[in-house]
Parts: sequence; C-alpha cells; structure tokens
Amino acid sequence: MADLLEVRDLVKHFPVKRGVLFKQTIGWVRAVDGVSFTLGAGETLGVVGESGCGKSTLAQVLMLLEPPTSGEAFFEGRPMFSLRGAELKRLRRDMQIVLQDPYTSLNPRMTVGDIVGEPFEIHPEVAPKGSWAGRVRELLDVVGLNPEHINRYPHQFSGGQRQRIGIARALALRPKVIVCDEPVSALDVSIQAQVMNLLGELQSEFGLAYVFIAHDLSVVRHLSDRVAVMYLGKIVEIGTEEEIYNHPTHPYTQALLSAVPVADPALRGRRDVIRLTGDVPSPIDPPSGCRFRTRCWKAQDVCATEEPALVERGGHPSACHFAEERSVVP
Amino acid sequence: MTDQMAVLAADRPRGLFGDAWHELRRRPLFWVSVSMILLVVLMAAVPTLFTSGDPGLAQLSRSRQPPSAEAWFGYDNQGYDIYTRVIHGARASIVVGVLSTIGVVLTGATIGILAGFYGGWLDAVVSRVADIFVGVPFVLGAIVILTTLNAGGDAGPVRIVAQVVLSIAVLSWPVAMRIMRSTAIAAKQQDYVKAARALGAQPRRIIGKHMLPNCVAPVLVYSTIALGAFIGAEATLSYLGIGLRQPVVSWGVMINSAKDYLRVAPHALLFPAGFLTATVLAFVMLGDAVREALDPKLR
Repeated sequence: MADLLEVRDLVKHFPVKRGVLFKQTIGWVRAVDGVSFTLGAGETLGVVGESGCGKSTLAQVLMLLEPPTSGEAFFEGRPMFSLRGAELKRLRRDMQIVLQDPYTSLNPRMTVGDIVGEPFEIHPEVAPKGSWAGRVRELLDVVGLNPEHINRYPHQFSGGQRQRIGIARALALRPKVIVCDEPVSALDVSIQAQVMNLLGELQSEFGLAYVFIAHDLSVVRHLSDRVAVMYLGKIVEIGTEEEIYNHPTHPYTQALLSAVPVADPALRGRRDVIRLTGDVPSPIDPPSGCRFRTRCWKAQDVCATEEPALVERGGHPSACHFAEERSVVP
Repeated sequence: MTDQMAVLAADRPRGLFGDAWHELRRRPLFWVSVSMILLVVLMAAVPTLFTSGDPGLAQLSRSRQPPSAEAWFGYDNQGYDIYTRVIHGARASIVVGVLSTIGVVLTGATIGILAGFYGGWLDAVVSRVADIFVGVPFVLGAIVILTTLNAGGDAGPVRIVAQVVLSIAVLSWPVAMRIMRSTAIAAKQQDYVKAARALGAQPRRIIGKHMLPNCVAPVLVYSTIALGAFIGAEATLSYLGIGLRQPVVSWGVMINSAKDYLRVAPHALLFPAGFLTATVLAFVMLGDAVREALDPKLR
C-alpha cells in the first residue's frame, strides 16, 4: 500500500536556557532524536513508551505545531515541513489531532456547536455556510452525542463525552490522518473502551489512518496494525502488532510487556516478570551507545560504544545488539 | 422521554459570566457596593436631583460656618456650600476614574495579549519598557508629567481633566499589561489553542476567539479595583495642586482647599474625604466580589 505519511530521521531538540537578561543555551533536551516510520492509508500505527520518551513531542512536530530541528516528513509524497501559507492550510485539512486532556482541549467559552463548527469557519471552502449547522449535528451524531446538545458548553459534559467532542472536531474536515495523542489516558477505564471502539468504528467508516500514541501497551494493541516502541526519543523496536506482542526482541519491549497485568490468576505465577531498575536517564544527557543500556540486563561493553541501528533483527526492526525473542506473556 | 426533555429545558446552558452573575446575585457585599456606586454615578449624571444650589456661588460672609439645617455640610473658607460642591464634584471624580480605567485597560490589555501571544523580542521589549514605567514612583511621575503639561498657562476644564487622565493612564498601563500578559501566556499553552492552530486558525482568530474570552476575567477584576484607585489618585494629585483645579470641582480639589483650615473648619475636609473614601471602598468591594464570582476555584 502506498505510504500516506513518511517520516525520515525526525529530530526535535529543545534548548535549555539559563540567565535572565542574556539567555544562554546550556544544553538541549533531545525529545525526539532520529525517528523514522511510514504510515499507509487506513492504517494504525501505535506509538508506545513511558512518560518523557518524546511521544507527545513527535505528535506536535507531525502536526506542525512545533518546527522540527532536522529531518523530513512527506505527506502523500510531498515534503510537509517546507509548506507555508495556503498549502500549509490545505494540509491541515488532511491531518488532524485528538489531544490528551478533554478538560483543556475544548475552549470553555465556546458552545459545542461553535467548537465543532470552527473547522468550517477556518476552511470555508469545504462546505457552504448554510450547511454548517447541519454538518455539526451530523458529526455529533456520528461520535455518539445528542445533536440537541449543540448549544451546551463543555463543562456540562463528562470526560468521555468531551473527548467525543474533540473527536468530532478532528473529523469535521474529513482528514486522512488523525494523530491521537493519548486520547484515552485521561479517561476512566470503562470509558476508555467506549472511546477506543468509537475510534475503531470511525476508522472503518471514513478510512482514517491513525498515529495512535499511548503509554499503555494494552490500549494500543486493540487498535494498531503496527506498533513502534519508543525510549528516550528513539524508536527501539517496530513491527506488526503480532510481532511486537508475541515475538518481542528488544529487552525494553519485553520489560514493558511483562509489566502488563494478566487477568487470569492461574497464569500469574507462570509468567516472567522483568523488573527494570533505575530511572529513565535525562534526555539532556542521554547515555552513549545504546540509550537503554543503563537499565538493561544484557548490556555489554559494545552497548556503550556502538549505537545499535534500528534494522531487521529476528524478523522485524529492533535496535539491540543482542536482539533475541523472549516470550514474556504466556 | 418527556422527563428527559424537561430536564434538558431546565438545564439551559450558562457561560462563565452567566455563572458569575448567578453567584454575584447572592452576595450582600455586591449589592451594597453596587448601590453605593449607582448613587455616586447618579450624583455625577444629574446633580440637580440632589441639590438646587450653585457650586460656583461663594458667600464670603458665611465662610467656615459649621453644618446647619440650612447647609447640611456647612460652608468652606471661601463660603462655598460644601453639600452642593460634594454633589457636583462627583462628576469630575467619576469621569477621571472611568476614562483612566478605559485608557489603562485598553492599552494595557491590548499590548499584554499581543506580548503574551507572540512572545520573543516583542515580549522582551514591551516587558522592559513596562519595567521602566513601573520603576517610576506614581506621584513623582505624575508631578513631572503634569507640571510639564500645566506650564501652558490657563486651561479649560476639558483640558485639565484630559491631562490628569493621560498622566494616570501613562503611569498605570503596565499593571494591566502584566496581568493580561501572564494570563495570555497561560492561555496560549492550553490544548484548545493547540487544537485551533492544528486546524489552521490565524493569530487573529486565536487571539480574538480563544485567548481573549479566557483572559478578560483577571483584567476585569483589576479594572473595578483600579477605578476606585484612580479616583483616589485624582484626589491625591488635586490635593498636591497639580491635578484638577479651579474651575473644575472635584473631591480632590475640595480637600486641597480645605487642608489649610483643618483645625478651624474640619467639616470642609471631612465631607469630601468621606465621599471619596466610600466611593473607593465601594469599587474595591465590587472588585473583590467580582473576583470571587469569576474564580471557579473559590466556589
């Protein structure tokens, strides 16, 4: 399938500044440090990793909310980062975002109708003015909200309903890609499933492609065709859902999977729990060589000197010198 | 289904200001301050409702007479009827307060929201300029500005009022600017602004539709308190003899002319000063009530 979105060697560093009047850059936070992936039409790429690994920065850069430090991205073969003015605005119609916190992602002073209708006001060429109200009602219906609530304010809705409003806003322009930046992590578990199901239904109905960011492997599995695991700004392993969950080869992926709770009590004692020690190193000064080596039980001298490339090892790309399948989930 | 409809009908949407109004209505402090302010505004708008006397009529034969049934507040050194002048003085005080507040809030808030939104060098320049203005003590700055402007000689009442308004606005805009800037910086980082940018919204739309409605509350609270403070500032400047002056009648002008005869005619100072204090207090109380009503965390 043709690639809808291609990201090559994307880097985003934030300067760390000190000083009041004359600011000096004393270092860089390497939030995203060389990320490459592709996304096909109608496909879902799950991106997982713990807090601070650069997932959300990746989303911001992809949505062109932050300029990249270096690297390239192509949407339908055209470079994205050099777009300006009208071309950039045109691209916004094809790429939309669903943000993490449904309590801050909706303007509290606007009614639901204004929030969901704003995409039409910004892109009046999409639909004639008279049809906006009808379209907003349609969108509310599609995401499972009562179209009669069009004049209500966000604070009159629950978290799950608010996230549905955010999804309706993202859908309004009929985008081809939606970047979901942890869309369910702020919601109750029971509501998470409803929102995930809604996203799944919308995907098949509108042929959407998702970049689905989460810190929870079990959430991503439900929806993803392929999964990328991130650690300290880099993708350490990428593969199909089956490859990542059943045949993980990177020690970090294995450790993450072993931490997923198992529902069946009979299986609990038999699985192999990997406990990582220590904290995630600072992204200002990441470890030399392999970034995971400070917490890895397999680390050798070579890991400190030579950075493992993300290349085919044991069936799918994995960035470990000692990539080896280890079944952690029974 | 009909039950649900009834619930929906009762649950009419209410914005932040609707909520604030609902909250304010139940506060006695709000009603007390509003009635005091309305009374003063009425005095300013139609003084003849309260008195038929002439504020310009000086009867030297009645100089420094204490309050009596005929003249409730007595007479001052020049033989002016203090009650009549207090009523007529409200207008100048209110006009100076309102115009200064409008000037301060409009310039300060506009500059502040732009500085907060664009950041970078614009913010750096504006903030440093504001620091300079804040560094100048208010009274000193006003003395410098007003003595320079007053050097032109005799001026009409409009020019006198305009000079005082201008000097207050020039020296006070940084406060409104800083309030607006900090709320704008906070609002800019909100997810709904990110969502609007991701939709391709232009800065004009982001500032006007997303940031401004979410940033006005703190400035609104400031402006109610500032209005009282500016009325006080006018009195201060008039007392010093550089603010309002004859032929304009204001509470500050009255306090100024009463100051030399404090021991022989204390009533000449007491009444204008009392009205001034009560009015400033009313605005400060209103500001407090509005702030509490607008801040959802205090509910």
